[in-house]
Amino acid sequence: MNLRTILVVSAIVGAIAFLVWGLASKSGETLATGSEVPSVPLESLPPDSGTNGKGSLADYRGEWVLMNVWASWCTPCRDESPALEKFSRRWSGEITVLGIDTRDITSDALAFIREFDLTFPQLRDPTGSYSDALGTTGVPESFLVDPEGRLTSRLRGPFRDYADIERFAEPAIGTSKGSGA
Amino acid sequence: MRLIIAALVASAIAGASMLPASAVGSVPGEGVAGAEAPERKANFADVEENVMCPVCGTLLGLSEAPAADRQRVFIKRLIAQGLDEQQIEDALVAEYGPQVLALPDDEGINAWAYLVPLIGLIGGAIAVVVAALLWRRNTAKEADPEPTAMPEGPAAERLDRDLERFDGR
Repeated sequence: MNLRTILVVSAIVGAIAFLVWGLASKSGETLATGSEVPSVPLESLPPDSGTNGKGSLADYRGEWVLMNVWASWCTPCRDESPALEKFSRRWSGEITVLGIDTRDITSDALAFIREFDLTFPQLRDPTGSYSDALGTTGVPESFLVDPEGRLTSRLRGPFRDYADIERFAEPAIGTSKGSGA
Repeated sequence: MRLIIAALVASAIAGASMLPASAVGSVPGEGVAGAEAPERKANFADVEENVMCPVCGTLLGLSEAPAADRQRVFIKRLIAQGLDEQQIEDALVAEYGPQVLALPDDEGINAWAYLVPLIGLIGGAIAVVVAALLWRRNTAKEADPEPTAMPEGPAAERLDRDLERFDGR
C-alpha cells in the first residue's frame, strides 16, 4: 500500500467518523430510569425568588419532585398548567412540583405564571442546555424524581388531565398516602 | 513573484470580507467612545437575518415555530422602543444565551470560526501559487530541452559510419 492510498483511506475514514460523531452528538442521550437526574444551578423565576435568584433540582434532595419542562409559547403547556397547579396544591409538602421554563422570553414566562396563578417554584433554562441534558425532545416533558435524585418515570408530552398527573406520580403518592391533604 | 503578491492580496481581501463587522472595528449602531453616534433604529429584517430561532436551529427568518413567533414579537417590541440592532442582539443574548446569534462573536475559541476559513483561504492560495510555479518550470523545461551529449569512442565511430551510409544513398 503506497502513501497515496493511505492518505485517501485516512481521509475517507476521517470523514465518516466526523459524520457519525455529528449524528451522535445531535441525537442526545435519554435518561434511564433509576439514573441520577442532572442538576445544574439555574436562575429562579421570578428572578428575585429562590436563593440569591438561583436554584436547582439538588435543592429538593430528600423530597419527591415532579419536574415539568415547559415554555410559554407551547400550547400543550398552557393546557396542562391548571391541572399541575391543582396537583401542586393538593400534594404540597409531599411532592414538589418544579417548573423548568426553557428557551423562553422572561417577560412571556412571567405573564404565563401570572395567567395561570402558578405558585410552585420555577427555574429558567434560557439556552435549553439543561433540557438537552435531560434528553428532552420537546415541551412539555415531565420527570418524577425520587428523594435520592434518581429518575422514577418520565412523560414526553402533556398530561391529559389531573388524574393523569396522579397516575404518573403514583410511586410518590403511594409513599405519601394518608398524609396528603 | 507578482503572482504570489497578487494571490496574497486577493486572499487577504476575501478574508476581510468574511469577518463580521465587529472584527474589523465597526459595530453597527455602536458609536465611537466620545463621538456623537447617529440614531439608527433597527430594521426588523436585518435583525431577523442575524439571529437564530431558539428551538429549531435555523435562522429566525426561516422558522415558523411558535417560539420564533414570540421572538419576533419581542424584537418588534424592542424596535418600537427605539433600540438599535446591537442593543436588540444584546437583549436576545440576555434572554437566550450567545447561541441565539447567527454569527458567533470573535473572542476566545469562537475566533476560530473566522480564523479557520482565513487560514484555509491563505493555504489554498499558497498551494495554487506553488502549483502554478511548478507547472511553469516544467513547461519551460519541455520547451527548451537540454542538448543531448554526443556519443564518444566506438559509439561515435559507429554513428559516423551510419551517417555516411545514409548520406551515400
